[in-house]
Amino acid sequence: MTELERKHDRTPVPKEWAYAPAPESRDVVSLDERYGHYVGGQWLEPSETYTTISPASEEPLAEVGQATPEEVEAAVAAARDAFENGWSGASAAERAKYLFRIARILQERSREFAVLESLNGGKPIKESRDVDLPLAAAHFFYYAGWADKLEYAFPNRRPRPVGVAGQIIPWNFPLLMLSWKIAPALAAGNTVVLKPAETTPLSALLFADVLRQAELPPGVVNIVTGDGRTGAALVKSEGVDKIAFTGSTDVGKAIQRELAGTGKKLTLELGGKAANIIFDDAAIDQAVEGIVNGIYFNQGHVCCAGSRLLVQESIYEPVVEKLKRRLTTLRVGDPLDKNTDVGAINSEQQLDKIRELVESGEQEGAEIYQPPCRLPEKGYWFAPTVFTNVAQSYRIAQEEIFGPVLSVLTFRTPEEAVEKANNTPYGLSAGVWTEKGSRILWMAQRLRAGVVWANTFNRFDPSSPFGGYKESGFGREGGRHGLEPYMQFDGSEHFSG
Amino acid sequence: MAERLPVKKTYKLFIGGAFPRSESGRTYEAEGQNVARASRKDVRDSVRAARASLPKWAGMTAYNRGQILYRLAEMIESRSSEFAELSTGRDEVERTVDRIVWYAGWADKLAQVLGSSNPVAGPYFNFTVPEPTGVVAILAPDEPPLLGLVSRVVPALTGGNAVVAVASETHPLAAIELAEALATSDVPGGVVNLLTGHRDELAPWLASHMDVNAIDITGANGTSAELERAAADNVKRVVRGNPDSQSPWEIASFLELKTVWHPVGQ
Amino acid sequence: MAQAPVLPRGFELPLEPRLPRIGSVDAVALEERAASLAKRSIKKDAKVFALELAVRMMDLTTLEGQDTPGKVAALASKAIRPDPSDAGIPSVAAICVYPNLVPSAVARVEGTSVKVASVATAFPSGQSPIETKLEEVRWVVEHGADEVDMVIDRGAFLSGRYAKVYDEIVQVKEASGEAHLKVILEVAELGTYDNVRRASLLAMAAGADFIKTSTGKLPGAATLPVTLCMLEAIRDVYEETGRMIGMKPAGGIRRAKQAVQYLVQLHETLGVEWLTPDLYRLGASSLLNDVLMQLRKEKTGAYQSPDYFTVD
Repeated sequence: MTELERKHDRTPVPKEWAYAPAPESRDVVSLDERYGHYVGGQWLEPSETYTTISPASEEPLAEVGQATPEEVEAAVAAARDAFENGWSGASAAERAKYLFRIARILQERSREFAVLESLNGGKPIKESRDVDLPLAAAHFFYYAGWADKLEYAFPNRRPRPVGVAGQIIPWNFPLLMLSWKIAPALAAGNTVVLKPAETTPLSALLFADVLRQAELPPGVVNIVTGDGRTGAALVKSEGVDKIAFTGSTDVGKAIQRELAGTGKKLTLELGGKAANIIFDDAAIDQAVEGIVNGIYFNQGHVCCAGSRLLVQESIYEPVVEKLKRRLTTLRVGDPLDKNTDVGAINSEQQLDKIRELVESGEQEGAEIYQPPCRLPEKGYWFAPTVFTNVAQSYRIAQEEIFGPVLSVLTFRTPEEAVEKANNTPYGLSAGVWTEKGSRILWMAQRLRAGVVWANTFNRFDPSSPFGGYKESGFGREGGRHGLEPYMQFDGSEHFSG
Repeated sequence: MAERLPVKKTYKLFIGGAFPRSESGRTYEAEGQNVARASRKDVRDSVRAARASLPKWAGMTAYNRGQILYRLAEMIESRSSEFAELSTGRDEVERTVDRIVWYAGWADKLAQVLGSSNPVAGPYFNFTVPEPTGVVAILAPDEPPLLGLVSRVVPALTGGNAVVAVASETHPLAAIELAEALATSDVPGGVVNLLTGHRDELAPWLASHMDVNAIDITGANGTSAELERAAADNVKRVVRGNPDSQSPWEIASFLELKTVWHPVGQ
Repeated sequence: MAQAPVLPRGFELPLEPRLPRIGSVDAVALEERAASLAKRSIKKDAKVFALELAVRMMDLTTLEGQDTPGKVAALASKAIRPDPSDAGIPSVAAICVYPNLVPSAVARVEGTSVKVASVATAFPSGQSPIETKLEEVRWVVEHGADEVDMVIDRGAFLSGRYAKVYDEIVQVKEASGEAHLKVILEVAELGTYDNVRRASLLAMAAGADFIKTSTGKLPGAATLPVTLCMLEAIRDVYEETGRMIGMKPAGGIRRAKQAVQYLVQLHETLGVEWLTPDLYRLGASSLLNDVLMQLRKEKTGAYQSPDYFTVD
């Protein structure tokens, strides 16, 4: 062997590089064993309770209240009292400063909240730490700035608060959804009764402690926990002037029916079945990242998830190959591990729904791909999944799965892409991937969706209005427009939406 | 036991995030203290520092700028008693803090109120966005010493501009205290430069400086016609405001508007 | 007028949308992906694995006007035995020097596994006639260099004379004989990620064994987004032709933590097969001691001081 040959001898390659566990410490959060309802600045002993768990391990975390209609009414009364006696009369600049305080305190305690959010909800700590918490604090910061500038947001309209807002939020972004509801409501001068989702009450309950630190006057924000019955009681309450609901389309419709004829204001943010459209001139590797982010971020528990991939037929193969390869580097596991990309499914109920729909996909004839994944024994888990050979009529292409499941369809021309994208009762969001500027704008004009992401996906900002067309709901959250549902104006009859 | 002798403070300029003496070595007496008397070279250095700071400041997200201004309010609030002694009192300080908080909340809303998407008659997407003018020179009014300075400086900052301000000539100590608050509030060095000295000596150098984009002559007393003539040499935006106003249009005085067109087609 | 180069090794430029077409790179998304990969938390044995691999992948470099045989001797000694107090630390991959220092470098590493890489082709600017560049390459190879690090003609690239860039690489590869050829793109001068991708594909088409980010002579050399862009180009070529081409970030990597981030990016973009000095090198000088300090911290549990590690 020559010197050169000896030196060019191939060195052995490792079989794998396993990352060691990198757990975020749970110590930063201290949980009570039992929580009541936060009403009028006090903790009310709950008459009925249930146990909330960690979906990654099924470990029980705490006992929380199952609010009865009476307890809901007490909260509404406290909100009404605070509204009439103090909050709406407080100077707008003071309201702003309370909201700024809340924003700052959330920033200071963000690690604590991030850990709690991942523990109770199942989402990776990487997301709760880097997305949910910063956005939640930013949302309070943004709306704090509007509180004393409403006349600039609505010139000549004499904006005034509506009164008491009843707010019902989902389990996919518990704290973030809380901030999307409370911040604009308070900025506009209203008081609030908020009901977090049944499976994720803890970050809302901890938020009550932020309110205490901010010295927010009692009754301005009230928090009651419980399942759908609690939500129904809040919707029915006569003391509530406006309802804001984020959740499933079915429940949204039920609420709209319930409120019909009552004159109460309503906004709904419901489900979606977004099309993520890739043209052959897209920046392909980045588009694949966008697809992955679109459907596997937060385990696909996202109303605006890009759950339908519409790929131009001319690049179908490279895109699907790259996508499948990319799925093999997704790490599914302990939400509190800093390297986890995909966490736990939020509940057994949701897991069953996902399984049922995935099974229907296989039965209807779609081809399933799942990367090899070691799923933990306990807890609720589902591997990232891609279906190819999907027809528009399959249930997996029509119904919202709300899980890490992507359906791939093809198109040939921009018109066809638009037609397929719009061919759904939903209309929350859409994605367009192309390097051609005029095509981005052409598509954006034609897509019937409240949010169009071009060359990106799942981007949120407090200044950017978010909301749906059609059965994805009505009303916008974020931006100047996000204040509107919480205000009343001179000379306008305000119907639902 | 003899009374304790306090350590006397030295009052310097605030340029590029640091506290230098005037390069001229001069001081003048104000409020019983020797205060740095800035020279034209200090003006020159301040404008350079302001210009150099712009890529970072204007390049930050509006949200970040708002946060930094809010932090400035935090820093002033925490030094309320010091500021109260150097101004007309507690009331002026509280109004100053609240004004800064008010402007902080505008940073990420300007584009929504001042900008627009414009429905042009053709297959084009057209939008207008506000942008900072650049380096703004400010002649602060003599009274009120703190609120007057802040009322002119903060709107310019909110829009993403960098500022060279000449403080109240008769009551400059509040400005120096403000400089200390700025230095501790994450405002990048050079974004705000504060000069103490004789306004009539410094103003013409700012008004004629070819790398200053706008000049606020609120504090100029009667000499403004010459300043306005000098400003014409590079078509500076000339602004005269109110020492006590609070309005988004104050921010808009220091903003440019850019309109962009792009075709809409397959 | 330059013509589209005829490309050996089986892949063609723009005719099909099939990869590896040139394509575009979205800068915002690329940078986000790089940032997201950089957040991986690599601890304990996973970290030790990465750090030891980083040592084995390092090209210890000295490229100064003031280099002397004495300096090269010290560098070689460090390269062969990075930590005199710990025999368990492997040698680095190579030392990288200017042509004049090749003979002393070769003499110093004889009998060890450390290779000698020489820069050539009018490094760092590349602004010389092709004849002199080829002469330089032949000289260093004759004098024992195992690897040649060439620079592309950025002036030609940026003025659209891609055929000239391509031809030069082909000729240098020929002149390199058995020695491995690394092609330096000098990414900081290319301006956009689109150009980095184009230059990467061009270099690979022309026969590069490695593509390298920078000469290290300009500020802002290797960055995580740029290397990610290059790795994606390498991946496309691999998918299309089966050829495995290596990558070397150079310049700006001073901390062990950064080295680990580069390796994570490599691991998750190309896979375990690329985790070898045959396909990945780290061009650095001060990085080695920081890696050694981190390794010792992992072993002893205490934060280290530079005083305890030799300076070459």
